[in-house]
Amino acid sequence: MYRIAVMGDTDSIYGFAALGLDTYPVTDPVAASKKLRELAEGDYAVIYITEALADKLTAEIDHYREMMLPAIILIPGVSGNTGKGIQAVKKSVEQAVGSDIIFGS
Amino acid sequence: MATVNPTRMELQRQKAKLATASRGHKLLKDKRDELMREFLDLVRENRALREKVEKGIKEANKNFVMARSTMSAEAVEVAFMASKQEVSIDVSSKNVMSVNIPQFEIKTRTSDANDIYSYGFAFTSSDLDDAVTSLSELQQDMLKLAEVEKSCQLMAAEIEKTRRRVNALEHVMIPSYQENIKYISMKLDENERSSQIRLMKVKDMMLEDAHHYKDKAPEAVVDEV
Repeated sequence: MYRIAVMGDTDSIYGFAALGLDTYPVTDPVAASKKLRELAEGDYAVIYITEALADKLTAEIDHYREMMLPAIILIPGVSGNTGKGIQAVKKSVEQAVGSDIIFGS
Repeated sequence: MATVNPTRMELQRQKAKLATASRGHKLLKDKRDELMREFLDLVRENRALREKVEKGIKEANKNFVMARSTMSAEAVEVAFMASKQEVSIDVSSKNVMSVNIPQFEIKTRTSDANDIYSYGFAFTSSDLDDAVTSLSELQQDMLKLAEVEKSCQLMAAEIEKTRRRVNALEHVMIPSYQENIKYISMKLDENERSSQIRLMKVKDMMLEDAHHYKDKAPEAVVDEV
């Protein structure tokens, strides 16, 4: 039985607690990367991370990219959409096809 | 190149290797094409879902900011301190062209849809209710997004690997086997010709020993003149 976690700054994520997801408010990159590792090793299948926080954790997130679990998914925070999430999708396309043919135009 | 022994046995071995490599190349190429087809469908779905989810979260956040502006931080914190609802997900995996992609299925602890409101309505602003509602409507899509996006990442990695293998076979392994086969068969032909010539020479020498053509030849030539 797996669970869902949400990481990011408090303002962006506190609402998810109402839905029954586990929220972990962190903003410090060092503490966040430690927390992320802890969650990924634990029984979390999906981890939502705000784009702002994910920006500082690129290496850790890439580490879990090719594993089946957990799925680390970027979500926009209150500060707005930075386009990092869609960037991750573009990255997949570039990796698979060699050039970006979906978002090119 | 040219590190192979020019023997018949080695030739056979190289031919067998070439046959295997060609078959593998064909299979991998088919695999790559099929993966690519699936991937492109999936990535389009991923894009649509992501746009939808990002838009939804933006709306929800707007509501949360509104709620936050009419309530104190402490009040909000208290409201979410003990959530009634709890979700867990079942993970199964599906095999798509040898890539294991996860399938998530959500399970809520209670079946009552109103359990997402973890607070009494008396002391909270109605914006908070709207915010939580809009977020809960997104939940299914967010989970689907997680599933699709993870699948895309896994498939992208697999496609990259497969493409490398196809290219290595096509441009390195197969040409080198063909080169080896050519080298060995030419070397063998060359050996065969040289032994043929040697035999002819030896036969000439033996005939010469037996019949002494050389001693007789000048006379014959003289006779004819």
